[in-house]
Amino acid sequence: MSSISRVGTSVLAAAAVGLASASVSADGISGDVVRIGAMVDMSGVYSANGGPGAVVAVEMAIDDFGGEVLGKPIELLSADYQNRVSVAQATARRWFDERDVDMIIESTDSASALALFDLGNDRERITIAAGSATTRMTGDGCSRYGIHYVYDTFALATGTGNAIVQEGNTEWYFITADYAFGHSLEQDTENIVLASGGNVLGKSRHPLGSTDYASYLLQAQASGAQVVGLANAGNDFSTAVEQAHEFGITAGGQILAGMLVFLTDINALGVDVAQGMQFTTGFYWDYDDETRAFSERFYERHGAMPTMIQAGAYSATMHYLQAIEATGTDNADAVMEYLRSNPIEDFFSRNGYLRADGRMVHDMYLAEIKSPAESESTWDMVRIIREIPGDEAFRPLEDGNCQYVNSGS
Amino acid sequence: MGEIFGMPVQVLMGQLAIGLINGSFYALLSLGLAIIFGLLNVINFAHGAQYMLGAFVAWMLLHYLGIGYWPALLLAPLIVGAIGILMERFMIRKLYHVDHVYGLLLTFGIALILQGLFLNMFGVSGQRYPTPDALRGMVDLGFMFLPIYRGWVIVASLAVCLLTWFIIEKTKLGAYLRAATENPELVRAFGINVPVLITLTYGAGVALAAFAGVMAAPVYQVSPIMGAEIIIVVFAVVVIGGMGSLLGAIVAGFGLGLVEGLTRVFYPEASSVVIFLVMAIVLLLKPSGLFGQAR
Repeated sequence: MSSISRVGTSVLAAAAVGLASASVSADGISGDVVRIGAMVDMSGVYSANGGPGAVVAVEMAIDDFGGEVLGKPIELLSADYQNRVSVAQATARRWFDERDVDMIIESTDSASALALFDLGNDRERITIAAGSATTRMTGDGCSRYGIHYVYDTFALATGTGNAIVQEGNTEWYFITADYAFGHSLEQDTENIVLASGGNVLGKSRHPLGSTDYASYLLQAQASGAQVVGLANAGNDFSTAVEQAHEFGITAGGQILAGMLVFLTDINALGVDVAQGMQFTTGFYWDYDDETRAFSERFYERHGAMPTMIQAGAYSATMHYLQAIEATGTDNADAVMEYLRSNPIEDFFSRNGYLRADGRMVHDMYLAEIKSPAESESTWDMVRIIREIPGDEAFRPLEDGNCQYVNSGS
Repeated sequence: MGEIFGMPVQVLMGQLAIGLINGSFYALLSLGLAIIFGLLNVINFAHGAQYMLGAFVAWMLLHYLGIGYWPALLLAPLIVGAIGILMERFMIRKLYHVDHVYGLLLTFGIALILQGLFLNMFGVSGQRYPTPDALRGMVDLGFMFLPIYRGWVIVASLAVCLLTWFIIEKTKLGAYLRAATENPELVRAFGINVPVLITLTYGAGVALAAFAGVMAAPVYQVSPIMGAEIIIVVFAVVVIGGMGSLLGAIVAGFGLGLVEGLTRVFYPEASSVVIFLVMAIVLLLKPSGLFGQAR
């Protein structure tokens, strides 16, 4: 406890020094610098969809903003959390306590993101989840300074689940990544299936990073389910789809439902294998002129079109910096207050606003993967079937039971 | 169809077939390891990386030079085997006179470097390698649809395993090899160039890994981390079969594939640990492995 208050005092002291020496216009920037920390999976199973590309996106936002805010420089730190909660926690502690980082934006797994939110809540610093999916971040794991920006398991499950169930495909079999994220995604989808009078005929759980899905796929095939729901992500997802193709799952009349699909996965699979699959996404690069303009600039720097995580990381960083400029301070309370009371609108976020529980509500999209005949270029992979309004896509505020919503109002 | 232990026969047979496919890769990889350990006394931790290299060489041949699967099946093992020979000649050889652990550490380091290089160049997302046209499609076995390519994997790897075993255990070349490792001085006295023989043996072991890599390319995605994932399991297979025993490696490879397949039916959660469980039990009951001789 005493160490925390000591750090608090030293931050205050630093701020006071900053105040004394600063010019009139920038009196609210702690330490005379805005430090942003980007924590991602640099080389593991989730590095393609977030990873180095997410750091590039944050960097782009800082450059586009001009490299400084209120006359003070913006600094970017980045770190690889190695898919380990302990590394994520230790890095975040060092950033907050020693490097005076003002905001952490992540593309990590859900368990690490929950730990970051907890730490941000304690240190009164803003944490933005761009990559991880669990709805607990706006539920029992919510933070006064936490923003869940891009998507969550509820939005994925309702968007994709509803679309498939409404076409009369109500018998499901799940192949699920065996940890918090997979369970959460499976549960949310199962709720949709059951609510519409459907059935779940069976489930297979596989360890993170499996290379062989044949036996799970055969069980799914033998179950006679109409839909095989894949509640996993990244490499796990693309390998499972590839093998489903090989074992004739789709040729046998079963529908494959990817519950979390990233652009990079489709690119790895190729449209010939993935064609026809419907999924929910928060962003598609080729949606309109605005998305294309950003994505082409991103492509020049990163060599791949942005995923929803990467586009979201740019958008979140931009809005964070705009809030600092508008309020004249990087104080976390003031910035959160500003973000909550102003619409969040740009190429990424349509009809967006930040809710009291930290959920950034914005329009989501139901997408379908094109056939090779429809696809005109390498990255021309998806057709948007419909926009899902934010309030329909995300879980209602009152269902999350975020403690700061109840006590705050 | 009937049921066995409350499991439809159809599901059971399907899982056994899949177990056999995985077992093919275990057998090919553990055979290479067993050759290198049995004849060179080197614990080749780079084996997984060499398997990955085999898959990537096949992928590069296809993408940069337009060379397809069948030539790659021969070329990739040759190329990767040659790289292995250079490694043996310039690095591993220097460690023959010290403890096994140093060879293990060196090859582990090489594995990490190779994996890191490929991660840096290709990222973690897998590259696709198309199934060769002649082996596309499925056959209906009655209890399951078996992709033809996977059937080919079983047949080809069984053939390669048996051929390798035959060469080493039953031919004159194999006899020289075995003699050279038992008593190099004596064999040299007969006018046989022992260091070259040793180098070629390492190259052959590495080529087997690369062959497995090419076989795996159309089944799994070609990814820099594919070797790191499988190598630990393969080491367990070698230990179960008996360190250095070629027949042990082949039998344990296919057998453990089947055991893993069965576990997936009855208790899927345990499928990733069952091989290690078997390893622990075998080590407790017969520390030299099923087919190994106590040294």
